Amino acid sequence: MTEAANSARTEAAAVPGERSGSEGSERSHEHLDHAASPVHHHHSHACDSRHAHGHHLLTVEDLSISFRMYEEGEGQSRARAYLDAKRREVEVIRSLSISVHEGEIVAVVGASGSGKTLLADAILGLFEPNALVRGRIWYDGAPMDAAALAAERGRGIAYVPQSVGSLDPLMRVGRQVEGAPHGRGGTRRADAAARRARRRQLFERYGLAESVARLYPHELSGGMARRVLLCCALMESPKLIVADEPTPGLDAALAAKALADFRAFADAGGGVMLITHDIELALTVADRVAVFRDGTVVEETAVANFASPDLLAHPFTRQLWHALPEHGFTVTEEEACRQPAEEGALPERSAEGAAGPYPEGASSC
Amino acid sequence: MLEARNLTAAFDGRIIFRDLSLAVAPGERVQVAAPSGAGKTTLARILAGYALPQAGEVRIDGAPLPKRGTSPVQLIGQHPERAVDARCRMGAMLAEAPAGEEELARLREAFGIQDRWLSRYPHELSGGELQRFCIVRALAASPRYLIADEISTMLDALTQAQIWRALLAEVETRGLGLVLTTHSAALAARIATRVVGVGPAVAPSVDSSWTHACQTSR
Repeated sequence: MTEAANSARTEAAAVPGERSGSEGSERSHEHLDHAASPVHHHHSHACDSRHAHGHHLLTVEDLSISFRMYEEGEGQSRARAYLDAKRREVEVIRSLSISVHEGEIVAVVGASGSGKTLLADAILGLFEPNALVRGRIWYDGAPMDAAALAAERGRGIAYVPQSVGSLDPLMRVGRQVEGAPHGRGGTRRADAAARRARRRQLFERYGLAESVARLYPHELSGGMARRVLLCCALMESPKLIVADEPTPGLDAALAAKALADFRAFADAGGGVMLITHDIELALTVADRVAVFRDGTVVEETAVANFASPDLLAHPFTRQLWHALPEHGFTVTEEEACRQPAEEGALPERSAEGAAGPYPEGASSC
Repeated sequence: MLEARNLTAAFDGRIIFRDLSLAVAPGERVQVAAPSGAGKTTLARILAGYALPQAGEVRIDGAPLPKRGTSPVQLIGQHPERAVDARCRMGAMLAEAPAGEEELARLREAFGIQDRWLSRYPHELSGGELQRFCIVRALAASPRYLIADEISTMLDALTQAQIWRALLAEVETRGLGLVLTTHSAALAARIATRVVGVGPAVAPSVDSSWTHACQTSR
């Protein structure tokens, strides 16, 4: 399904005029007191979040991701269908905007298969060869393009994957967390020692015994694995963590612990983008919730607004509220919500999001 | 009555529970509550006949589970993508279920399975879509008891509500007994009529005072 031609490109935020323009308009924004005016700048804020250095930690504006795919031929022989296949563009994420402030957890909540992982990939500068990515991304005040995002990956912006499946199964956990030292000769040895010290410090902070460093990934229990993955992410002291479904498979107590670690990171001044399908869990730990549906964020709202459906702006968010077991557990009529979904109708998508139009490996959320 | 009598089970050579007894009557919805790794999934597999206990037995109205034919106890698991043949289209998979075309069509409708999904392979469907197939397949076997092991963990709230509503309606009309595990207390409170604890420390599995405390605390 994936094309060989490498056509991944980003039209990143490198337009100088635009940059200075938005800086001007944000001047007043960053001086707003979040406690006094929680809703401004097309999203609401947690009252204790802040615009350090006068900007959002991460801003994504108008992000669209589409894939160039082959049409499925009908009524033709397989070989013929292959040779004659027409190409079409399937837009999977469209005009998505989201911001993360320092000191807050933003939960991106949406159905599985709705493209949440693609958002994470875009922020980490990972693009499929047949992906067409448009939009503007700022990280820590600087406009980013694909190369700049890739350079920040694992440094300023760290990723916490879902499971130890993302680790090398043949490498001991300690070495994996430490990563490869840089330089050669004495510099290299010094770097290796520094990394080991940093890894020890992290292990100690997260209650991992030194002997864990000698284990292989498959020998870790669920709780240990979660902390090892977090230590990997924290090695380079990132400012922003993107966590993709970090809790499935953990029981409530372990999940709460996992999220407490993210909370502590945010409270220490970091930003967390928590990607999850589990809205109940998101509501317990996040400051704000971005409701993701049909490839875009339909509402970015403070967690407090989930106290009552009247405080939620978008019909889909209200529908989600009513579906929660502790509320109605009801599936309300979709009349009002169908509208926005059908306007920019994505082909072959149900409310839940079909896996159909994704290139392989891109929809693994 | 689905009965587990004095079950002892091991996982990777380690005993995870001992002497566990459990009885589920038709029409009852029992939640098995325990922390991660306490053996909930192992218990679910034993009840449905996918695994054998170290000791003890599973009986249905006094008789052991049938060795051949469709089982009257059907298991729906946490990972639908692991419960289907990756090389088999969804329509063909459903056709294997021992139910008439009409009944299958009715179930597909009830669980919102779209006709165009039938010609797809499992990897072309999302987890929620696949889980609908797995539930329909289990129901098409005309079971008397259903074991639902974290069946909605991977779903968003809306899909979870849709699937559970449809499943509960079927369970209700057929008078099935249901055993479920879930990590969500709110979901369990919605569905379960009774709670049972499992774990190495819990010797008497149906501790009535504990069950009572759980139910009243809701």
